[in-house]
Amino acid sequence: MENNYLVDSEFLSEEALKRKHKLENDPSSRTDHMEYMEGMEKIDSDICSKVMSQVASYDCGRYTAKDVSAALEHETCTIEDLKALLSPAAEPFLEKMAERARLETTKHFGNTVYIFTPLYIANYCENYCVYCGFNCYNHIKRMKLEPDQIEQEMKVIAESGMEEILILTGESRAQSDVRYIGEACKLARKYFRLVGLEIYPVNTDEYRYLHECGADYVTVFQETYDTDKYETLHLAGHKRVWPYRFDAQERALMGGMRGVAFSALLGLSDFRKDALASALHVYYLQRKYPQAEMSLSCPRLRPIINNDKITPLDVSEKRLCQILCAYRIFLPFVGITVSSRESARFRNGIVKIAATKVSAGVSTGIGDHAKKYEGKEQDITGDEQFEIEDVRSLRSMYDDITSEGLQPVLNDYLYV
Amino acid sequence: MNNDNLIIGGKEFSSRFILGSGKYSIKLIEAAVKDAGAQMITVAVRRANTTEKENILDYIPQGVTLIPNTSGARTAEEAVRIARLARELGCGDFVKIEIMKDTKYLLPDNYETLKATGILANEGFIVMPYMFPDLNVARSLRDAGAATIMPLGAPIGSNSGLQAAAFIRILIDEIDLPVIVDAGIGRPSQACEAMEMGAAAVMANTALATAGDLTMMASAFKDAINAGRKAYLSGLGRVLQRGASASDPLTGFLRD
Repeated sequence: MENNYLVDSEFLSEEALKRKHKLENDPSSRTDHMEYMEGMEKIDSDICSKVMSQVASYDCGRYTAKDVSAALEHETCTIEDLKALLSPAAEPFLEKMAERARLETTKHFGNTVYIFTPLYIANYCENYCVYCGFNCYNHIKRMKLEPDQIEQEMKVIAESGMEEILILTGESRAQSDVRYIGEACKLARKYFRLVGLEIYPVNTDEYRYLHECGADYVTVFQETYDTDKYETLHLAGHKRVWPYRFDAQERALMGGMRGVAFSALLGLSDFRKDALASALHVYYLQRKYPQAEMSLSCPRLRPIINNDKITPLDVSEKRLCQILCAYRIFLPFVGITVSSRESARFRNGIVKIAATKVSAGVSTGIGDHAKKYEGKEQDITGDEQFEIEDVRSLRSMYDDITSEGLQPVLNDYLYV
Repeated sequence: MNNDNLIIGGKEFSSRFILGSGKYSIKLIEAAVKDAGAQMITVAVRRANTTEKENILDYIPQGVTLIPNTSGARTAEEAVRIARLARELGCGDFVKIEIMKDTKYLLPDNYETLKATGILANEGFIVMPYMFPDLNVARSLRDAGAATIMPLGAPIGSNSGLQAAAFIRILIDEIDLPVIVDAGIGRPSQACEAMEMGAAAVMANTALATAGDLTMMASAFKDAINAGRKAYLSGLGRVLQRGASASDPLTGFLRD
């Protein structure tokens, strides 16, 4: 089973189409995805080899119901236990896993659920990642917000009551350089109590600069930890370099960020291995940086503009729930974010089991908050990265969480 | 039992239950005050400092002493800045110091806690340091001007009771300050045990926050704390440490 990602736009020149097809069909035309490009910092770290040696030896068919029962009985969940919980043998134990996960979530987070919103400030991208709506060969309306437009968007969002914001860009150093993102962080600190970043991976000194500008945590999705598969999905651009992306969180922590977030994009490759790798990435990095706040996301593939056929394949809701329960049991202390890619029904259920953070009032487009929040006409907006599923506003999310007997929290950190 | 008040920083409290509010909910605060009789509530400054419509500070009833805590701080410097901010926000002079450099176990960093205690006590704060039960550090905290000592009973959120009982007992015996057991108390019986040992008060949050019936659990804590306190004041009788004493001597078979 495989998604058909490749779509040709009628707006591409003949030459561009030729380049695109060559990248798609001729692997020798692509660069070495394990080789660093110029300017990419190489750090001395053993995290990657630790994670990947565990993933390489993971045979999910080896685990039995007995292993799963044992894993659920252990007070401390070991790496072997995690492997059992992620295996097909654990599927019949979903309810039991959910019970244990809920217990761990309650111990560490009580009944609180954090709410945040993403703000896309630019959708220019230099990469050709075949599954992404922002990819450079996809014909979409491109846009980059100017500082006054960013501020306008932030005002609209802040007025809705939101206190935490996650700033996102497409991955283009040329269009959205580090200074530009830094200025956005400074503006964000005027309107929000907590500022996160989800941008292209940068070097340690750049993370330090962005931290000084007001960013507090950094999210980088590895997409897939399967390097061979990664190579076939990220055909061009700096994102093609897998190991530089892998070490992004560590560079962010070295640059002084308080927290880092991780994820695989489920549906791209073997989801069990990707889930295992994501959890171990957190696990080993936490041992090295025990003061860091760690969190995991669990995005599944979604349809994009010009390709509405993309699905998360074999990652059903039940399997997603299994992964989240396994994450929670193995890493009781980490935040788990479930985004608006998932339905309101799923999110309402999962915050009672494992998730501790949800987004609300979401737009993955550029410069359209006044339109979406206040119904105002906005002529110039940029297209969306993917289609969202849960469209609830902050207010309705807040009320829904409250009515589930949980406590919404809008701010959990103090810049001092 | 007459006039058995707890005195911290010159202020008297008739209740020996302190509500932790790391995991707060408005219902929890109501139950703690009404049904557990709490007169002290700790509040994380990082969460209180919000524009949220349900600001926790608005829900602290009259007559309840607010104890801002410095959770989220990773160094003494950060804790000191949070404490000063709390004072500016109008939270008064009490401060509970929490400094953690570990997001997994949330164990307090005694070294940084000691540094922050000295600085804040000098600035006139009533300092309540959350600490790992180490006698030497407890003495240093006392000398640095702490108003109480708050050793953890067990890892925070674990609800596993007085895992550190042997060391807390030493603090109670040796430190002439109120020793308040913080973290790990999961059941009323454990709160009772801490009070029996001579703890001045207990603090709990998760135990209440995660109870099936909040109100009933809150009043169970109140009763347990009172029972433990009475037992401590009355002077416990002989208690066998382990096993029972055999009626026939185990060594009866021995010949001279």
